[in-house]
Amino acid sequence: MTTALETVAGEITGGLTLTVREARLLCPGIRHIVLADPAGRPLPSFTPGSHITVNWAEGRHNSYSLTGPSIEPDHYAISVRLDENGRGGSRWIHDLQPGQMIRASRPRSAFAPVLTARHHLLIAGGIGVTPILSHVRAALEWGRSFDVIYSFREQCGAHADELAALCGDRMITVSTPGELADRLIPALADQPLGTHVYTCGPAPMIAAVAAWARDCGWPPGRVHSEAFGAGPLADGAPFAAKLGRSGMIVPVPSGTSLLEALLDRGIKVPNLCRQGVCGECRLSVRGGEIEHRDLFLTAEEKAAGESMMPCVSRSAGDRLELDL
Amino acid sequence: MTTTDSRADRIARFPFPFPRDQYRYSTNVEPAGHSTDTVAGSWGDTRIAIDAHYHRERAERERILAEDPSRHQCLPHMVPAAWDAMLTLMRTLADEYPDTMTLARRGVGWYWKNDLLGIEHTFVFGDLDTLPAQPLVYICGQIQEDVVLLDQREGELWGDAGLVTFAADWSFGFDVGMSFLEIHGPVPRIHSENIITRAHNFLMRLEPGQSYRRTNWTLTVDGKLDTSTETYPEWGKDRRTLADGPLDEVGDRLFLRTEVQHLIRLAHSGAVMFLIRTYLLPFRDVASVPEWGERLYRVLEDLPVDMAEYKGISRTREPGMRWLLTHGNVEL
Repeated sequence: MTTALETVAGEITGGLTLTVREARLLCPGIRHIVLADPAGRPLPSFTPGSHITVNWAEGRHNSYSLTGPSIEPDHYAISVRLDENGRGGSRWIHDLQPGQMIRASRPRSAFAPVLTARHHLLIAGGIGVTPILSHVRAALEWGRSFDVIYSFREQCGAHADELAALCGDRMITVSTPGELADRLIPALADQPLGTHVYTCGPAPMIAAVAAWARDCGWPPGRVHSEAFGAGPLADGAPFAAKLGRSGMIVPVPSGTSLLEALLDRGIKVPNLCRQGVCGECRLSVRGGEIEHRDLFLTAEEKAAGESMMPCVSRSAGDRLELDL
Repeated sequence: MTTTDSRADRIARFPFPFPRDQYRYSTNVEPAGHSTDTVAGSWGDTRIAIDAHYHRERAERERILAEDPSRHQCLPHMVPAAWDAMLTLMRTLADEYPDTMTLARRGVGWYWKNDLLGIEHTFVFGDLDTLPAQPLVYICGQIQEDVVLLDQREGELWGDAGLVTFAADWSFGFDVGMSFLEIHGPVPRIHSENIITRAHNFLMRLEPGQSYRRTNWTLTVDGKLDTSTETYPEWGKDRRTLADGPLDEVGDRLFLRTEVQHLIRLAHSGAVMFLIRTYLLPFRDVASVPEWGERLYRVLEDLPVDMAEYKGISRTREPGMRWLLTHGNVEL
């Protein structure tokens, strides 16, 4: 998958500034970009199947899987298919020139290999080959058992030669959904117990692989597909917090947490993790509807609406009244 | 460093674990890598803590591991995580102790230098033939922390590798391969309050490279670092001899034991690394800081029976409190 996560507003926090070292067309419509640290320092290591989120316009982000080496690498590589119907992120990537600087998140993993798997069946569809490539690199590095089926239209096999060289006879290629079914269904019916299947490609293909696996008796936990969206919390809409005891009104802009807004005003709120888990910053709420985003409060407490964790949770409306 | 300096330094660097007069289990995690002030000094400016006891504790670990190699465990699927942990620890040491530790890339290999031990070594990541020992054994021989690695799969964390020589009343060899929730099954009071579920969710959401920390504590007799289940026959009776012995000895025999636990998401393997660093301070030194002596008394006095039982301090807390009443700054 190339573009799935797009947050609406705000900056990437704790991100990286990278320079475009190389840009070239892999095949019609698919461009390969090599990114590096401007000072030549090594970049953070990443888990196979990881992606970075690239900031392509004010408040606009797209996620792309990393295809290159993964241990303190000297570069990140992404391959991006031009989506003429998209919002412009892939077009922006396709216009990048060597020497340009970009902002990106640190790598995140949403599609890691299961390390206890006895065998890995990797299914790539089109540009969905990108995370599969990094799975293959890691599998070879650690001697893991795997097979690859790569489905692509003629002349659109990004990384096909590179993958074939890595995989040898462990890879087969197909070019239509029918061919994929002909090769994959028998394979799904005949895998060692403890095999995990990983699919990355167009949504209909992911759904088809999942359905075939189910029909062959696979437990759902053994079937994985690329699912972005496990990134940071959305910035949320702006709102105002009224402090019930003093009457003070504290505005909370989008992208700022209620906790930060209170602390900025000099209002002391004890806090620790700022992730919605430790419970330290819990506040009593007198009025207004809460959008709970924490892991601390129980479902009953959230439903009661009498307290909230201001480090992550927000107002569901434009005003909240706090017992402060 | 003279003995007095060493004692003053130990007190100044001690991570006193009680922010209030009452202690209960909580998901007490906070971002790592910053210094926390105490009334006697500060602690926590680094993720790995090298102090005056480096050589002694390292030798103690080596002795324990030689007697009982089962203190190191690495299930086969955790080999990449063990390498990842080793490299991450080397990188952290090189960043936090640049005067004595160096990690550099040399072609396909890595160059590692530890001046404190006179180690200079080149290895290839993932190639065991290039390392004098297994990766966790190699790096744990150069730090004072115990290490546990958790694999994340099937929506759960699993304690599948580690090297633990300074366990406080538990056994890593027994726990290895269990899920995080199973490992914490016996802890009293934490289930009704969802503490472990919350901690579990928190750990599973840690991003690559992120690090958090928390403290835990117990009481230990005679300053033994290894009070694991395996050696219970050797140290179990110490609790009784302390309780039955003269009160005067308690100040020097009974230790407040704080664990500083760092929780770090490894970037390459995706495993969660637990670093457990053990600090021991005799009650006499605790009481030399008046606020600490009183606070420790209050906490021990208030601690519910089931928690004291689980921490293994039901025999020792009473004599500890009696000693603090005489020598600590306690007003009843």
